[in-house]
Amino acid sequence: MIIFQNVFVDFLSKQGEVKAVKDVSFDVRDKEIFGIVGTSGAGKSTLLRCINLLQIPTQGEIFIKGKAISYLKGENLRKLRLQIGLIFQQFNLFHTKTVFENVAFALKVAGKSKEEINIRVPEVLELVGLTERANAYPSTLSGGQKQRVGIARAIANNPQILLCDEPTSALDLETTNSILELLKEINEKFGITTVIISHEMNVIKKICDRVAVMSNGEVVELDEVFNVFTNPQHPFTKSLVNHTINLELPARLLQNKRKRILKIVYSGNKAEEAVISDTVKRFKVHLNILHGTIEYISHKPFGVLIVELDGSAENVRRAESYLKERTFKVEVINA
Amino acid sequence: MLEANISELLDNLIVAFKETFLMCGTSVGLSIVFGVPLGLFIFITGKGLFWENKVLNFIGGFLVNVIRSTPFVILLVLLIPFTQLVVGSTIGPVAASVPLSVAAVAFYARLVENSLCEVDKGVLEAAIAIGATHYRIIKEILLPEALAGLYRGLTVTAVSLVGYSAMAGIVGGGGVGDLAIRFGYYRYETDIMIITVVLLIVLVQGIQFLGDYLAKRTEKK
Repeated sequence: MIIFQNVFVDFLSKQGEVKAVKDVSFDVRDKEIFGIVGTSGAGKSTLLRCINLLQIPTQGEIFIKGKAISYLKGENLRKLRLQIGLIFQQFNLFHTKTVFENVAFALKVAGKSKEEINIRVPEVLELVGLTERANAYPSTLSGGQKQRVGIARAIANNPQILLCDEPTSALDLETTNSILELLKEINEKFGITTVIISHEMNVIKKICDRVAVMSNGEVVELDEVFNVFTNPQHPFTKSLVNHTINLELPARLLQNKRKRILKIVYSGNKAEEAVISDTVKRFKVHLNILHGTIEYISHKPFGVLIVELDGSAENVRRAESYLKERTFKVEVINA
Repeated sequence: MLEANISELLDNLIVAFKETFLMCGTSVGLSIVFGVPLGLFIFITGKGLFWENKVLNFIGGFLVNVIRSTPFVILLVLLIPFTQLVVGSTIGPVAASVPLSVAAVAFYARLVENSLCEVDKGVLEAAIAIGATHYRIIKEILLPEALAGLYRGLTVTAVSLVGYSAMAGIVGGGGVGDLAIRFGYYRYETDIMIITVVLLIVLVQGIQFLGDYLAKRTEKK
């Protein structure tokens, strides 16, 4: 659906040339929710803006449905943008227009008649759950409601692509979840290819199918969200995932060199087997659970357990290799 | 004696107010007609905007600054040939309206540019991302979003014009301010000076009140 081919973006700033995006190539599949994650300044926002040419790539090309877009200008560029919705972290609603008029503006731009607008606006507002606030001005809305207007405005023209620039970063946790659910619902209902950027792995975890991890303008990792969480490759990705699945142990526990402390990662079907009690029974070891969590990512279970293993040296060794066999990954963390 | 004075003063005041309204009304009207487009022009030729053009932006800004940095009395004299050309005379309130309008247009253009600068860039980006034409963005987003600021700027312009118009006496423009200077200052008629100044304060307050009301009404933030 969207193909990035060796895309570079350079800026000239007071500090000299800034390479915001460096040689990025990947593709976003039709109808998927694709996440781009990274710290601020990683170039993800710049990259997202290349898709509707709010940012023109310095080098490289972007193809949408097989068509190169970077040369588009004037009328053709406007036509492209009608096919691509964009929502913002700061909502960017028109302050002097009501909720209705905000959405109507997008339709007017697309050349819709008054009658069509009067039918379509209530339709979209109902979809985002704002029917009652149609005549309200943005200043009277809550953050979540503002983002709903932003979404309504972005999808009014039935775009094929929806770009979300940190859509929940200005919202509290509960509102974040409801907005993410709405985005997912829209994606499923209308098959809109959605690209969402965020600095939070949690956002990615909740709704994305695949994710690209960006660091210093480069895509350092790209995979199914589940794989990125269970088996991160790049150090930057590892630290992102660790921050998300917060399993910090008190330092005094890690200093205990006598017993082995293991981090057991299990995923997929293995997460539902009784590996732990099996191990204890078979090898006559003491297994003390220090920390643990199970997350469901893309409906697949993914768990991390931190355990302390105690027993005779031989039994501990055998228990460890048994665990390695039966689970996804075992790491000794106090070695 | 006092009665004669009062009726004379009243006649003078009525004439002076008519002149003030003529001069200020004309220049406020013209600053809307020319100041808004000029301010808009300077804004959209600025960095990162639709018609980004360093040369045009500099010319626009320079023109405005030249007029704004010239003391009004000097502008009044400098523009005499231009006034003659436009209205066919160089004295009287109509003639005084010409330099007043020129000063007001430049003054307001800068204020227009400032209020346009205050429009949230993200909002403009949203309109661009939707695929709107520049014309539509200017007409339906940029100007409405800046409207409260435009009213405030116009209020400041109108109040300054009441002050400037006092100097129009130099070319026989008349007006309330001129009355205060001629009677109150030159003829040492302190009571007349006080009355006219009080009336000017009332006039300025009235303009300010109207401007604030219009700005408030359009402000939806």
